[in-house]
Amino acid sequence: MYLQSGAEAVVSLKDGYVIKDRIPKRYRVAELDERIRKERTRAEARLMSDARRCGVATPIIHDIYDFTIEMEYIDGKPVKYVIDETMCKLMGKLIGRLHSGGIIHGDLTTSNMIYSDDRIYLIDFGLAYVDGSVESRGVDIHVLFQTLESTHKDHEELIKAFSRGYRITLDMADEVLDRVKEIEKRGRYA
Amino acid sequence: MTTVLGIEGTAWNLSAAIVDEDDVIAEVTETYRPKTGGIHPREAAQHHALHASNVIERLLKEYRDKGHSPENIDAIAFSQGPGLGACLRTVATSARALALSLDVPLVGVNHCIGHVEIGRWKTPAVDPVVLYVSGGNSQVLAHRAGKYRIFGETLDIGIGNALDKFARGAGLTHPGGPKVEEYARKATNYVKMPYVVKGMDFSFSGLSTAATDSLKDNSLEDVCYSFQENAFAMLVEVTERALAHTGKSEVLLAGGVGANMRLREMLNVMCEDRGASFYVPEKRFMGDNGAMIAYTGLLMFNSGTTLPIESSHVDPSFRPDTVDVTWIIDEKEVL
Ligand SMILES: Nc1ncnc2c1ncn2[C@@H]1O[C@H](COP(=O)(O)OP(=O)(O)O)[C@@H](O)[C@H]1O
Ligand SMILES: [Mg+2]
Repeated sequence: MYLQSGAEAVVSLKDGYVIKDRIPKRYRVAELDERIRKERTRAEARLMSDARRCGVATPIIHDIYDFTIEMEYIDGKPVKYVIDETMCKLMGKLIGRLHSGGIIHGDLTTSNMIYSDDRIYLIDFGLAYVDGSVESRGVDIHVLFQTLESTHKDHEELIKAFSRGYRITLDMADEVLDRVKEIEKRGRYA
Repeated sequence: MTTVLGIEGTAWNLSAAIVDEDDVIAEVTETYRPKTGGIHPREAAQHHALHASNVIERLLKEYRDKGHSPENIDAIAFSQGPGLGACLRTVATSARALALSLDVPLVGVNHCIGHVEIGRWKTPAVDPVVLYVSGGNSQVLAHRAGKYRIFGETLDIGIGNALDKFARGAGLTHPGGPKVEEYARKATNYVKMPYVVKGMDFSFSGLSTAATDSLKDNSLEDVCYSFQENAFAMLVEVTERALAHTGKSEVLLAGGVGANMRLREMLNVMCEDRGASFYVPEKRFMGDNGAMIAYTGLLMFNSGTTLPIESSHVDPSFRPDTVDVTWIIDEKEVL
């Protein structure tokens, strides 16, 4: 069964497993394209497992090939469709744990979180990497806040709720949240 | 019929135009050209100040010569930001003076939105994901719930500035972009370089530095080619993500770097593969121009947005996503 095709992968369901296939992009030179797809596939499988060890719920990896990952199917709803303040606080706690564990997700959006059994599962680790700097954490959160701002009308309340949760599981949360404000101001007009 | 006079002057170009709903009626442009290197903000502002009254006079003459009377002008629009502070202030001063002398209201236009609106006017695009690429700006924008939202943007420098910075390091004369494109066409090898996409945001400063370093071991042609391939692939990837995320089916290219044929080709391939339509306005409407400010001013004026003189201060870091898009009625409500 075919689940969804996002920007870079085709995700389908086969024998009860989710198959995530990174498809070639014709607009990129082949060498660059293969490198990106391979790197992201490998990083995704590794960091999904690492995240689980930090107490962040993720699908269990079943198998991995050059451009393909087979993983556990999470039966739930994308957070995008069920978002509210309670969910955002939970999300904040989750990302705080991920960051405490030294992992940056790299593509934090409400489409990359699945709500199931009162838990939020984090998926799509293709852009994730290991880093504990305030800057990288700040960019990670900035990306999420941008999605909230661009897709949800009551984003101010949602961002506040997220921040409350984030402070619970990450010691230096305030430093990161201050950096997010700084990042927003930057990069506009050099 | 509404008629608006608009003035652009955020950076290189001082450009003024008069438009109505149908077309651009008159346009006059003076471009600042520094003797050496990139833009010197103070010199650019002096250039704009020196030419402002002359540009407006020539514009009004052209308008009259075409059989119109300045009394038809309903509002004066100006580029309020983002841009270089000194340049913005110069343009705002002329705009205020003109509004007072013609006794019409002032309209403050966001420069980025100007690029988007002229593209929507001059191409068949209706509700596109916009890739806006210029010297200082690199953004992916799309309309949602009454605002032009930024779906991704550079975390450090704009693509144009990154190209110029690299070109300077390679000893190419300013502006570097077109020269990099030319050399890239003659390349024979792809050289590995950094590719930095963080979610929907991207960064160019590391790529620019790495490209300069790799000139030691590789030909200029190969480095120009590989720099472009990586930088543009990053922009196209983020544009594609925005398409997937918003469910929109049109892409509009805007800004001066949009002149690059390789960037257009890559966007076109991506759109073909996704079944999306790709639109590029003609060249005169891609770089900074007065018509885009006049036309956006017209849309704003017609939907009741004007600016009292006392609050017409400029904003060098004016964010497009802070502007209420009063001229587009949302058909669908968002989540
Ligand atoms: N393990 C999983 N269990 C259930 N659904 C999944 C799983 N992995 C992916 N999906 C669904 O497929 C979509 C795309 O997967 P994702 O890994 O985010 O790929 P992409 O990089 O294309 O966004 C997700 O938004 C989600 O709806
Ligand atoms: Mg995803």
